Amino acid sequence: MSVQSSSTLDAVSRSRRALTWERRRAAVRRFWRLFRQDRVGLIGLAVLIVMVIVALAAPLLANSRGLNVTLAHGPLDAGPSLSYPLGTDTDGRSVLTLLIWGSRISLLVGITATLISVGLGAVVGIVAGQFGGWVDNVLMRITDWFLVIPFLPLAIALAIALGRGIGIIIFVIGVTSWPGTARIVRAQALTVKTRPYLERSRALGAGHLHQMVKHLLPSVMPLLLANTILTVSDAILAESTLSFLGLGDPTRQSWGEMLNNVFESTGGSAGNVVWLIAPGTAIIIVVLAFTVVGHTVEGALSPRLRER
Amino acid sequence: MSEVRLEGAVATAEELRVEDSARTRRPGGLARTLVIKVLSALITLLFVLVFNFFLFRIIPADPAKNLVHGSTSLSAKQLAALNRTFGLGKPLLAQFWNYLEQTVQGHFGRSFVTLQPVIHIVGERIWPTLLLVGSSTVLSSIIGLWIGIRAGWHRGSRFDKQSTAITNILYSMPDFWLGMVLLLVFSSKILIFPDAGMHNPVGTGGGLASLSDLLWHLTLPCLVLTLVYLAEYSLIMRSSMVDELGSDYLVTARAKGMRDRLVRRRHAVPNALLPSITLVMMNLGFVISGAITTETVFSWPGLGQLTYQALNAPDYPTLEACFLIFSAAVIVANLIGDLLLVVLDPRVREA
Repeated sequence: MSVQSSSTLDAVSRSRRALTWERRRAAVRRFWRLFRQDRVGLIGLAVLIVMVIVALAAPLLANSRGLNVTLAHGPLDAGPSLSYPLGTDTDGRSVLTLLIWGSRISLLVGITATLISVGLGAVVGIVAGQFGGWVDNVLMRITDWFLVIPFLPLAIALAIALGRGIGIIIFVIGVTSWPGTARIVRAQALTVKTRPYLERSRALGAGHLHQMVKHLLPSVMPLLLANTILTVSDAILAESTLSFLGLGDPTRQSWGEMLNNVFESTGGSAGNVVWLIAPGTAIIIVVLAFTVVGHTVEGALSPRLRER
Repeated sequence: MSEVRLEGAVATAEELRVEDSARTRRPGGLARTLVIKVLSALITLLFVLVFNFFLFRIIPADPAKNLVHGSTSLSAKQLAALNRTFGLGKPLLAQFWNYLEQTVQGHFGRSFVTLQPVIHIVGERIWPTLLLVGSSTVLSSIIGLWIGIRAGWHRGSRFDKQSTAITNILYSMPDFWLGMVLLLVFSSKILIFPDAGMHNPVGTGGGLASLSDLLWHLTLPCLVLTLVYLAEYSLIMRSSMVDELGSDYLVTARAKGMRDRLVRRRHAVPNALLPSITLVMMNLGFVISGAITTETVFSWPGLGQLTYQALNAPDYPTLEACFLIFSAAVIVANLIGDLLLVVLDPRVREA
């Protein structure tokens, strides 16, 4: 009897889960149909896919020995030629090799820092929204405080205090850029909290954790997705700025690090103009692609924004 | 970099507006609002001071060692003397009290590099930064707001599409890179603009010649900051213009036969302008620290370049003072933005 009832319960819950997944798959399909209508968004998505493939395939596209100053034999600071399509830097390294390998660090830092930032922001926002009262008050004070601390000086101070390196850059960007996400998530959590289905779940005895993980998190997920993509573009710009100021890891070439080298070795007036133009253009293209895709996702998810 | 910050700022502005109107409905609301705002700004400032102190005193284990870059030529006796000079030997609480006292009095200690009082170094650098940031903010907000108004009003038009595309590209551009490209084009290739500094090093004589020399040097760095922030302001203005588009009062204005241009100028713009102007004001604090890279590229002798130099030294007392000024600038700009809203918004003022 008890075995039977538990197995029927199991069947019911499984079919419930199946239903949930079916609903989610339908939502994804609906989302994709709306996303597809935006030509600019599709172009942005294509650019991002190409960039990620280039970053992943860097070892196949360019020999990593080309990054080593002591192994570089090219002409110094020379313009584009057949063997060096984008010319060379002042150490005789191929700019194309630097650019390809730089995409790895720039994307890696941008995406990892974003995950930290969005994760922190989501947790703070959901917890503040769920508990309310003094928890909300304290968390929002901290958030406000991070909002008024200017990003660049704070990042510089932290990078100096903690040392220089790629992990530190990721950490610094992550812990300084979450307050915006926290505010947006909290606002959404507060509106969802008043909905009847959450009232029902509370009446059935759902604990804080259950409400936050099963109800609030899924409801802020779409918002979080758009926010994440938009944050990546900020993080990539932030990485390039910090690396440009010399706070990056000099042994790992990123696009910002390349621009730092251009500035430090030639003051910007390089013999090989492409060395300056290429990394900046790469940054613009990737940041623009993330921004465009983020806005398209936002539009596909929210009918109010779509009208704009 | 500033997208998140901006969204946050938008949220704060909107929330503040709601809070404001709720608060001012009570008797004696306006004065109360002002006092609360000033007080909370002061508390934030105190937080910044505490954070500043801990960040710069505790994490770098021994600033005196940094001063000599790890060279071993300094004896223990000399190190102790240096520690005394910078007050590093005392207990932490005493150091903090000492720090508060000195900061309030404007003593930021002496630079580790030049051994001059930091307050003098910083004092010299504030004016160039204010000149650069002020002129570029005026230009970028006027041009940005104008573009935003036109693009938002004629949403979907060719002007809207083109200006949105251009501002999005500008928004995605690292400002230091734009600066380097402009330097390359206008200073190395065609020798139009000077490549560094604020004045001609040879000297230009006085009066008008000196002023035009200054403007000459100001042009490129100001252009960079204007272009970068113009993108932000026009995007904000456009979206707040779009928000007003469907409003009832615009329908009413049109229904009574008002010409489109007048509807825009007398009804839509003043309403849409409100959040934008507040945001421009609040953003001003961030622009000051955002100028670090631009000042570095153009060797503009302001606080940003000073930060870059102190960062590479490293010169902790100078960095500390710069960090404090940058944070205070944001807090003050936020406060002014808040107060401006109270003054500009009749719903807040007269309630």
